[in-house]
Amino acid sequence: MNSSGILSITTFVYATAAFLYIFSLVFKKDFPGKVATWVASVGLAGNISGFILRWIESYQMGIGRAPLSNLYESLVFFALTIALIYLVIEQKYRNRTMGAFAFPLAFLALAYASLSPNISDRIQPLVPALKSNWLIIHVVTCFIGYAAFTIAFGLSIMFILRQRAKTEGSILKRFPAPRVLDELTYQLIVLGFLFLSIGIISGAVWANSAWGRYWGWDPKETWSLITWFVYSTLIHARMMRGWHGKRIAWLSIVGFMAVMFTYFGVNLLPGLHSYGATG
Amino acid sequence: MVKNETSPDPKNRIWMFFASVKLTVVLLLTLAVTSIIGTVIPQNESPAAYVNAYGENLYRIFSVLNFFDMYRSWWFQLLIIFLTINVVVCSLERLPKTWKIVSVKVPPFNADRFRDDNSKVDFQSQRSVQTLRQAFEPFICKKFSYCRVEETDKGVLLFGEKGRWTRLGAYIVHMSIIFLLVGALIGSIYGFEGFVNIPEGQTVNQIRLRNSNEIYPLDFDIRCDRFSVSFYETGTPKEYRSALTILEEGKPVLQKDIIVNDPLSYKGINIFQSSYGSLPSESLTLSISSREAQSGFNFVKETKIGEPVELPGGNGSVVIQDYTNSAQFGGRSIGEAFIGVFTPKEGEPVQVILPLRFPNFDRMRQGEFIIAIQDYEKKFYTGLQVAYDPGVPVVYLGFIVMILGCFITFFISHQRICIEVIRAGNSSRVMVAGTANKNKLGMQQKIKRISEKLQGMSQVNSPTT
Repeated sequence: MNSSGILSITTFVYATAAFLYIFSLVFKKDFPGKVATWVASVGLAGNISGFILRWIESYQMGIGRAPLSNLYESLVFFALTIALIYLVIEQKYRNRTMGAFAFPLAFLALAYASLSPNISDRIQPLVPALKSNWLIIHVVTCFIGYAAFTIAFGLSIMFILRQRAKTEGSILKRFPAPRVLDELTYQLIVLGFLFLSIGIISGAVWANSAWGRYWGWDPKETWSLITWFVYSTLIHARMMRGWHGKRIAWLSIVGFMAVMFTYFGVNLLPGLHSYGATG
Repeated sequence: MVKNETSPDPKNRIWMFFASVKLTVVLLLTLAVTSIIGTVIPQNESPAAYVNAYGENLYRIFSVLNFFDMYRSWWFQLLIIFLTINVVVCSLERLPKTWKIVSVKVPPFNADRFRDDNSKVDFQSQRSVQTLRQAFEPFICKKFSYCRVEETDKGVLLFGEKGRWTRLGAYIVHMSIIFLLVGALIGSIYGFEGFVNIPEGQTVNQIRLRNSNEIYPLDFDIRCDRFSVSFYETGTPKEYRSALTILEEGKPVLQKDIIVNDPLSYKGINIFQSSYGSLPSESLTLSISSREAQSGFNFVKETKIGEPVELPGGNGSVVIQDYTNSAQFGGRSIGEAFIGVFTPKEGEPVQVILPLRFPNFDRMRQGEFIIAIQDYEKKFYTGLQVAYDPGVPVVYLGFIVMILGCFITFFISHQRICIEVIRAGNSSRVMVAGTANKNKLGMQQKIKRISEKLQGMSQVNSPTT
């Protein structure tokens, strides 16, 4: 079986995990949640194997490059990082309700890669502009940042819902305490911010070594900077102005919108980055 | 210095204006929102293209607002200058207080604050206070860079802390922003960026600047010895390669093949592979054959553009006049082509178009002879980007400092721990509590882990060290 096959199956494993997390939350049953963790772990293993196999396949084809250079590959890696970061948090905080909000996002990323007819899963050789050692560092750091922001977005939604919990029996009460959600969201955002910064910086260094300019206000660059501005606003508001809870959750949602536009929306605009482009 | 929001002193008020984090939030959000404009409106295109896209009126409004070159506009630069002043003033305003906290020789501890902590951990031990102290002290001193023990009338207090200096993290990040802006400023004043096209075999000593479109002389020559482009089987480009030689007063001093992502650097000036194109070919080989195949007439002759070729037997002459990258025929583009004139023995001269893509194209002319290009000299020019930016080292320093600063600010905290051991008859009571200036959840878990370790050490049958 080739990597695309493994990744297609992984998509369904992720769907199962996401379903079980939601089922466990809605019907207040613990057992499906425990199964969900196992299924999610199997899915992550599949996702990682698919990623590695694709790398090996590219060598067998005589192309030999990291699978990080088009929309399909970036989505596969995006799903991988979301699933990985989520499972680490689940282990650390021992609360599976977060899975109902984080895992569907990993599933959506992989489903978009595997199922969208517009996205080619063919292994194409690299165009000259992408032949650089900076490619791996740049893409990996950017996507760790994106994944952290994505889970923070899921937790922000949880926070906003949790705030509305009135009755004791509400499923919302099974969510982690608002204080924990708030702190965890922030921890993920600073993690994302560090990696987004490294991603932008590695991109700048790469651009300087490839074209002699580290910054050119290309739409992707500009949107990554806009994202950076939004999250640095959030960090300053929290550290210095004591913003917490709802306002941070809303800023995190705005930040995630900026991330999504940086990733997908920019392709509607003219520019140089091919990772988000279909085809 | 006494500072007051309502102070009438204008200097003080300006200072307070820039020392506000509210201003930071407003500036960052304004920068985020305004930056969108330049990603939606293509930058630095021709006025005609803009009028075409937006109409006369919108064009005028956008033009006044500098939307067509917004990242270099006065108002965008002003926002950045405001943010810079804001960063500097905020840091200067808060640094003395932080410095006071960071530079203390003997860190102060307030045991009551730890005793009141909600997440403290308590446990009992059968061992004496002094035995526990001997067990805990090396452990805490190993885990925390600073530690001390205080005897109280009820027992002992062990204090430990680390990462006090990390409170400077935010200042480090702010410093990195200053580095970036200073580096960018140096680049914009002393640097230049331009491009030049060099035909294979030719030498240039000047480039055209990107922003002003002016000619900029170089104090050395660049020669393009060879350019090549290779393709994958799929037809997508694989590699663009230019063999370049740098010459000083006509003498070669440096030779290098450059490809995309691997430039040549000489005297701090970097030369990048940026584009390429094919050039009008000068020499070519014509093949002229008779329409009647059985006549066997086939005449091959090497020639140059503008050099007439006489057909044998006084059958007329052909002259190739021009080469074009994109010839038109019947309103359609037929790509690269040679264009010439055929003058027959009798009758009017006719134009001949010889596209490289369609070797039998001239057959369509229905003439007595069919003219074709048998061979031609393929020549390229290489498109080079030439850049000099003395601000880059400062910017890179800013990059490194920013990553380090962010890491310190977000992930290393000032952690303090307090362990109190109190005599309770023959046994002891232990309290473990800790605080951190960030990631408080993480610190609570750490305190839990530490107290479990300490509890293990407090067992009677455990070794004392």
